Amino acid sequence: MKLRDNYQEAVKIFQPKPSYFLNSLKAFFVGGLICVAGQVLQNLYIEIFTLHVSVAQQMVLGTFILLTTLLTGMGVYDKIGQFAGAGSMIPITGFANSLASAALEHRSEGVVLGIASNMFKVGGAVIVYGVVIAYILGVIHYLFWKLF
Amino acid sequence: MKLVGKQTWIYENEVYLQAVATAVGPMETEGPLGEQFDVTYPDLYCGEDTWELAERRLMKDAVQVCLTKAKLEINDVDFFLAGDLLNQNVTANYIARDLPVPFLCMFGACSTSMETLAVAAALVDGGFARRVLTATSSHNATAERQFRYPTEFGGQKPKSATFTVTGAGAALVSREKSKFRITAATIGKVVDFGIHNPLDMGAAMAPAAASTIRQHFQDLKTSPEDYDLIVTGDLSGVGSPILRELLREEGYELADNHRDCGLMIYRTDQEVFAGGSGCACSAVVTYGHLLKEMEKGNLQKIFVVATGALLSPTMIWQNESIPAIAHGVVLEVVKGER
Repeated sequence: MKLRDNYQEAVKIFQPKPSYFLNSLKAFFVGGLICVAGQVLQNLYIEIFTLHVSVAQQMVLGTFILLTTLLTGMGVYDKIGQFAGAGSMIPITGFANSLASAALEHRSEGVVLGIASNMFKVGGAVIVYGVVIAYILGVIHYLFWKLF
Repeated sequence: MKLVGKQTWIYENEVYLQAVATAVGPMETEGPLGEQFDVTYPDLYCGEDTWELAERRLMKDAVQVCLTKAKLEINDVDFFLAGDLLNQNVTANYIARDLPVPFLCMFGACSTSMETLAVAAALVDGGFARRVLTATSSHNATAERQFRYPTEFGGQKPKSATFTVTGAGAALVSREKSKFRITAATIGKVVDFGIHNPLDMGAAMAPAAASTIRQHFQDLKTSPEDYDLIVTGDLSGVGSPILRELLREEGYELADNHRDCGLMIYRTDQEVFAGGSGCACSAVVTYGHLLKEMEKGNLQKIFVVATGALLSPTMIWQNESIPAIAHGVVLEVVKGER
């Protein structure tokens, strides 16, 4: 059969295969590294500042958001993202990057119509579906709690 | 009749490329053709405040250098034909705002370079103009933000993605004898083989390139051997082998005389995924590099086929596929003028 007769399928032999195994490995280690760093930081915050666990967790998130925003501004985080894929996308750092990168990108259109309106362009979906899923789970949790 | 076959124009009067100029950004300067471009910038901002202004700076530079090389003032030009990748063709329109010349804005995505050149040559050949200035530009950051994600977004791109060339090319077409003659052009049809992935535009554009090249051979009754080089715009590492296979199935063997601008502009160790793309890709490689090769005598006759993916993010989100188009122009060295 000719390539043009079944193009969308036949063309696949020309398309480079993503290296799933290697990509998963990189994502696992980078994502894991970020989590380990978070845990170390949390323990340090508890030890040094004698904070409660829940407060220390918030501090860790804040620190990570700050660091990611800095790395995004310095033009480093997109390179980490290209290397690590989901590893650097799934943790809070990925969300912070999506906001910071969109804000940076649109600062040329001003602080209101540029930065403020576009900041959630990429990350907005996470918030919308985060809230929706949380609501649904909340309802389920409530029903189970009432029934059993 | 200047229309030969179905889609090919033969320029019966002698139409020449009087002058060309190129301006590029940092990655292109670092690439293997870096020294052959007229204006180079060490950073993506090109001394401007925004990416859009930077792209405009590139096109402005290309236009100015082109006029300087031709030893002409802008008022000597009859028409200005230009286009770029941005919505409403803002780069071309805003450059034209500063030029006191009638203006035709054109959009053919990355095929715009040869679209403007083919139409310019037709205007000159038909006597509708004495001198026509053409220009195209693209900028990596403006394209990223319009078609993909914010530039600093940390998403992972697949190997099939292309890297938009930062640069601009300008060409002046006239009847004044020069080293290069524009002899024919084939205007492409919009072709869509149902590719949906905007991160694999090589596969989307290869059928359009194959359609235009095949039609060109049929219209002029020529074959690949009649050209020293057949150059495609930005099919990249994915689309180039697909094009060769599609043409092989039609009985045309491109073999060693096919090159792709997207694979020529960057070194293989530069992080550009499958290769370069964008309006500027075919323009700067053709005007900056290929014409120099023709000048040296390494090439006599080339067929430049600029390929454009008519991509719109909105259409992709509405589950549409990516239509593509390709326009080709034949450039020949004028004997005795080398």
